[in-house]
Amino acid sequence: MLETVHNHISLPEGSIEKQTTTINLGPTHPATHGVMQNILELDGERVVSSEQTIGYIHRAFEKLAERRPLYQITPITDRLNYCSSPLNNMGWHLTCEKLLKIETPKRVDYLRIIIMELARIADHLICNSIVAVDAGAFTGFVYVMQYRELIYEIYEEVCGSRLTTNIGRIGGFERNFSNTAFEKIEKFLREYPKVLKEFETLMTRNRIFMDRLQGTGGISAERALNYGFTGPNLRAAGVDYDVRVQNPYSSYQDFDFKIPIGNTGDNYDRFQVREEEMWQSLSIINQAYQKVQAFKGADAEIFHANVPEYYLPKKEDVYTKMEALIWHFKIIMGETDIPKGEVYHSIEAANGELGFYLISDGGRTPFRLHFRRPCFIYYQAYSELTKGAMLSDAIMTMSSLNLIAGELDA
Amino acid sequence: MILTNEIIQQKLIEKFGDQVTGFDEPYGLLSFEAPKELNLKVLQFLYDDADLQFQFLTDLTGVHYPHQIGRELAVVYHLHNLKANIRLRFKIYTAIETPEVFTATQLFSTANWMERETFDFFGVKFIGHPNLKRILNVDEMDYFPLRKEYPLEDQTRIDKDDEMFGRGGTNS
Repeated sequence: MLETVHNHISLPEGSIEKQTTTINLGPTHPATHGVMQNILELDGERVVSSEQTIGYIHRAFEKLAERRPLYQITPITDRLNYCSSPLNNMGWHLTCEKLLKIETPKRVDYLRIIIMELARIADHLICNSIVAVDAGAFTGFVYVMQYRELIYEIYEEVCGSRLTTNIGRIGGFERNFSNTAFEKIEKFLREYPKVLKEFETLMTRNRIFMDRLQGTGGISAERALNYGFTGPNLRAAGVDYDVRVQNPYSSYQDFDFKIPIGNTGDNYDRFQVREEEMWQSLSIINQAYQKVQAFKGADAEIFHANVPEYYLPKKEDVYTKMEALIWHFKIIMGETDIPKGEVYHSIEAANGELGFYLISDGGRTPFRLHFRRPCFIYYQAYSELTKGAMLSDAIMTMSSLNLIAGELDA
Repeated sequence: MILTNEIIQQKLIEKFGDQVTGFDEPYGLLSFEAPKELNLKVLQFLYDDADLQFQFLTDLTGVHYPHQIGRELAVVYHLHNLKANIRLRFKIYTAIETPEVFTATQLFSTANWMERETFDFFGVKFIGHPNLKRILNVDEMDYFPLRKEYPLEDQTRIDKDDEMFGRGGTNS
C-alpha cells in the first residue's frame, strides 16, 4: 500500500529533508488588513525568515501627478493613507503653499489643525482597535468605531465627503465651518474622552493583552533610525522626533502638547504611544477650538487666504463678476503656470513623516512629484522585526506597525 | 555651535574641494551636487563628521531630465540631522546609458527599498545592492515607467470611444 502512494505523489527534491514550512500570508489574507504578501518560512510556529511582496494596488500616482494641475492632485493624496485622508490633503496644500509662497491666516491654520488632529485620532483609533482585534478582543473595536463615525460626520459637514475627503483648497477651506460642524466637534470633545478612557480600561492593563504585546516586534532606537522609522513607531523606540515640533507648520508652535515616547519599541509601546497621542490630539483640538472661537466679527468669517490664482471663487461671483469668471475658468482648466522651483515639505501624518518632494519647471503641472510614504519606508524592517518570532506575534507586529496598503504602494 | 547651511557648505568644500558644486538654498534647504562616483564618500563624510552627523536618510528618489545630455538621471538624497534639526538635499547625476550608481544600503538600511523603487521607476542600477529587483511593478516589465519618454495617454486621442467619460470619441 505504502509503495503505491509513493508512486503517485512526486514531492520536489529535498522537500522531505527540508525542516521548514513555507506559507503565504496574503495578498488577501484577513490578517494583513490590506493587499500585501508575506512569504514566511516557518520552523514549527517560529518565523525563520520572511519576504515581502508589495505593489498590488500600485496606481502610478507619481506619474499621474505629472499631468495634473496642483488642485487635481489633492484627490490623489486622499488615496495614500485612506484612514486619515485629511492629513494627506493638508500636507499637499501646505506643500503647494510653500512653493507658491502663500501665507495663510491664523484662523485657517487653527481650523486645519482641528481637522488634522481629528484625522490623527481616527487613524490611531483604527490601528489600536485593530491591534486589539488581532489579539482576540473584538469588543473594543466595535465600541470605538462609533466615534470614528462621528469624526467622519464632521468631515462630511466641512467638505461633503467621508473617506476620501479631498478636504480644503490651496489657501484654505472651500467654505467656512458651519454651526453644525462646530456642534459636532463640541460633541466629540465632550463624549470621546470617556470612550477612550473606557477602551484603555479594557486594554492597557489587561493581562492577556499585555502578554501578547509586550516583548514582541521590538526594535532599538538605532535600528529604527537606520530604517528611517518616523512617527509613533519611532517614538515607541524612544526617539522624540515629531515634525510638528521640529519643523512646525500650520501654526503648531502656538499649541502646548507633549510628545509621548516609549523605550523598547515593541508592540505594546507602539500601542501606548498611539493611545497617549490621541489624548494629546484631543488637547490640541480643545486649544484650537478655543482659539477659533476667540475670533469675532469679520475675523470669524475668514476661511481662506487671498490667492485668486489658485483659490476657486464663489459660484455667485462666477456668474456675476468678470474677474471671478476668468479665474474660475483658468483654475478649472489648469491654465495657471506654477512658478519654477524645487520644494520638500513634510508633515507629521498618522504614520510618520509624510513628505512631498515637488519639482516644478514653470509649467502648469509638476515636473516631478515624489511622496515620502512612511509606511513604505518602515515596512522593510518587518523581516528584521519578526525574525524568530511566533507566527501569531508576527501578525500582531504587522497590525501594530499600522500598514496601510494605499500608502505602501502609492 | 549652531549648525548652519554656511558651515555645512564650508565643511564640504574643505573636504571635497571643487568636486562639490551647485550650492543653492531653495526655500532655505541647502542643496548641492557631486559626481556620481563620489556619492558614497560624500554620504559617509556627512554621516561620520562629528559636527555634521547627517544620519537619517529621509528620502531617496530619482528624477529624469531628458534634455540634459549626459546627465539625464538624477538621484536625490534628502538627509536630516535630527539633533541639530537641519536638512539638506544632495544630488548626483548619471548618463542614462550608464545608470550605475553605488548603493547606500551599507550606510542606511532604509535605502534598500528606496533604491529598489528608484530602480523600478527610473532604471538606476545600484551597484552592490543586496536585492535589486522591481518592487511596485511586475517583474516582467521591460521599461522604466517614470522616465519622461513614457507619456500618459494623450487626452486628445480620437481613436477610442470614450463617450461615457465625456471625451467624445469617434462619434463626436
